[in-house]
Amino acid sequence: MATMPILPNMPVLDLVKSFKLKTKQQELLIRVSILCLVYVLAFITRLFSVLRYESMIHEFDPYFNYRTTLYLTQNGFYDFWNWFDYESWYPLGRIVGGTLYPGLMVTAALIYRILHFLRFAVHIREVCVLTAPFFASNTTLVAYFFGKEIWDTGAGLVAAILIAICPGYISRSVAGSYDNEGVAIFALLFTFYLFVKAVNTGSLAWSLASAFGYFYMVSAWGGYVFIINLIPLYVLVLLITGRYSMRLYVAYNCMYVLGMLLAMQIRFVGFQHVQSGEHMAAMGVFFLLQVFYFLDWVKHMLSDTKLFQAFLRITVTCAVAVGAIALGLGMLSGYISPWTGRFYSLLDPTYAKDHIPIIASVSEHQPTAWSSFMFDFHILLFLFPAGLYFCFKRLSDATIFIVMYGLTSMYFAGVMVRLILVATPAVCLVSAIAVSATVKNLTVLLRSKNKGVQTGSTKGSSSSKASSKALLDQSQPFQKNGAIALLFGAFYLLSKYATHCTWVTSEAYSSPSIVLAARGAHGSRVIFDDYREAYFWLRQNTPPDAKVMSWWDYGYQITAMGNRTVIVDNNTWNNTHIATVGRAMSSYEDEAIEIMRSLDVDYVLVVFGGVTGYSSDDINKFLWMVRIGGGVFPVIKEPDYLVNGEYRVDKGAAPKMLNCLMYKLCYYRFGEMLTEYGKPPGYDRARGVEIGNKDIKLEHLEEAFTTSNWIVRIYKVKPPNNRW
Amino acid sequence: MAREKSSKDNAQALFHSLRSAYAATPVNLKIIDLYVGFAVFTALIQVVYMASVGSFPFNSFLSGVLSCVGTAVLAVCLRIQVNKENKEFKDLPPERAFADFVLCNLVLHLVIMNFLG
Repeated sequence: MATMPILPNMPVLDLVKSFKLKTKQQELLIRVSILCLVYVLAFITRLFSVLRYESMIHEFDPYFNYRTTLYLTQNGFYDFWNWFDYESWYPLGRIVGGTLYPGLMVTAALIYRILHFLRFAVHIREVCVLTAPFFASNTTLVAYFFGKEIWDTGAGLVAAILIAICPGYISRSVAGSYDNEGVAIFALLFTFYLFVKAVNTGSLAWSLASAFGYFYMVSAWGGYVFIINLIPLYVLVLLITGRYSMRLYVAYNCMYVLGMLLAMQIRFVGFQHVQSGEHMAAMGVFFLLQVFYFLDWVKHMLSDTKLFQAFLRITVTCAVAVGAIALGLGMLSGYISPWTGRFYSLLDPTYAKDHIPIIASVSEHQPTAWSSFMFDFHILLFLFPAGLYFCFKRLSDATIFIVMYGLTSMYFAGVMVRLILVATPAVCLVSAIAVSATVKNLTVLLRSKNKGVQTGSTKGSSSSKASSKALLDQSQPFQKNGAIALLFGAFYLLSKYATHCTWVTSEAYSSPSIVLAARGAHGSRVIFDDYREAYFWLRQNTPPDAKVMSWWDYGYQITAMGNRTVIVDNNTWNNTHIATVGRAMSSYEDEAIEIMRSLDVDYVLVVFGGVTGYSSDDINKFLWMVRIGGGVFPVIKEPDYLVNGEYRVDKGAAPKMLNCLMYKLCYYRFGEMLTEYGKPPGYDRARGVEIGNKDIKLEHLEEAFTTSNWIVRIYKVKPPNNRW
Repeated sequence: MAREKSSKDNAQALFHSLRSAYAATPVNLKIIDLYVGFAVFTALIQVVYMASVGSFPFNSFLSGVLSCVGTAVLAVCLRIQVNKENKEFKDLPPERAFADFVLCNLVLHLVIMNFLG
């Protein structure tokens, strides 16, 4: 009896069958491969500007973050935490360690250290440039898990895909945009996911994790106030609707106490969690929760309801009285500070315009137009209400949370353009529910018809079954065709969404702002690198202790790239100092030189777009300088610079406008310049007029440098004349 | 007179029924309740001390009070998870609940020590 040889005689089909996976494993493979592809997609779609220009930091704020990260990697954490920067806000200086959110810098420095440990000798700038896309990829993973928690894995996958390419998120997380939001949105979604998981499971470990997530969010961005107000609001809603449970108590309490303690370790936040009006909601809900659950426990222990009613009355009146007295005392004595301007203007959008011009002047703080919503969300705009419907159909703790997050964030997105970013994860998640549920229902319809036919033909049918089958058969053909048509429609919409997102990313959100590009006469691309040209001129041609005065927009870039001391920068923490600079820019040269001498200014930098047609220059920002300066120094009056309420720079302009320092510095020697064919010399291409005052003479300043396209102009302050 | 008497009776009846209901709770829960009471009492002592002496340095005061409040709250969470009457936690082993409690307390006290100043 010989043993049967197995291997050589095995037919090929059996071999192939042994590799065939079970359905569950197939599903897992598909899910993992989709997530891997989405991860890579989220990263590479943000690389447009790196491919088109070079790997550099964009905009204004990221330059400060880059400078601090550089300092951190060179000098270590202790020096960074206690850093006093004397190179900005001359002569005041700035306590950097106590006035920034360290999360972003520490994250980038950590990645840098890890890469160096693995012997990848990358420059810190590359790490900074690519931090935001890396965290965007991580956000897609978190969105998948969050979607899985709220609805099911299908919704999780769709959420991951939607958020990977959604323009609302890409706008602040493109490669080179090294700003707090790039990391903060990841932290926000992560914290929310951990909290919802904690509420669903009631486990202390998940609550601890959500406290750590909250700590990371606090260290990363000032928008953490949204979390510390949304979560108590959510708890309150659950209490009111009667969906509370023991799990909620465990989750919220652990997260609140530990999260608050961890948050107070960040010096910039300090004691705000117990002293600021914006954080009082969380504390109020904390105490309310204790009272509520204590009453619940007593009710459970007492069998007699009448006694319990008496007890309830006593306790509730005591608690409300104590709470009201404490709150009242706190607010009246000023111990609990009221809502700060930045957040108050979210509740009352007209507040900033009347009272705080600096907040009103930032372009990102303007109310959102419908076109911005469509631009940033596309089909998600109408999928969002559809998703809300599905959430209400299947209410659970998790869906209530996402509905509240979606509604509150959409309100705030409507008030301020910048906050579309915060609404994006909610909108993507809710829309993902709509897409997933719809597609699921449609495919179930498609599949059920086949199954019905099969069971009808194979099994014997009773009379009732036969009649129901007949009914099913009658409506079948339309249902199946309708389902197929709707599925094709959904596929078409989603592909349009993908096209739109890629187009938006490529056209609108990938410009570095510091390097400008335009189309030349023959369609060739012309690059204006004037900003960096000017900053490097400053770096190489001025004494190391020179002080540069410019409008606050350029402060961070001057200190980071020009390495010179500035008077004011983008931190805008001291309004009077900025108003002093604004006053200097708006005064006649004789008054301005007094102010500049008092501030030890050596160089003045202005941005001028008249030659290239660049419209974000200082002349267009000039009215804000006047308003901010006039807010502190009543000698500067805005009507002096306007003619009949109109802002002009041509011959009919106000005389104060034609002779103020800003006008003179921008248009010095511009009167002889021919900018456009067929137009007179001194034609300002950004305003589209010929300037009024062409013959400008400077008495106390001299021109030091003008870049090749006249975008940045630097002037040296002349020392006082000798007396003899 | 009658109303006063009835309200006094009410209060006494309330007190008695609470006491009898509480006596029926298991011993391990009573230990946890004792711990919670001790922590809250310590927090009250600290608040009274702060009211008499002043709140500088504020971070030390906060860390002291929050450590008491934090550990009290965590103990209440432990009590909820270990209590056999709670149907939601019936498949959570009490050892796991206690391990979570210890871990959270560890993190709490590490942060407190950093914050104490």
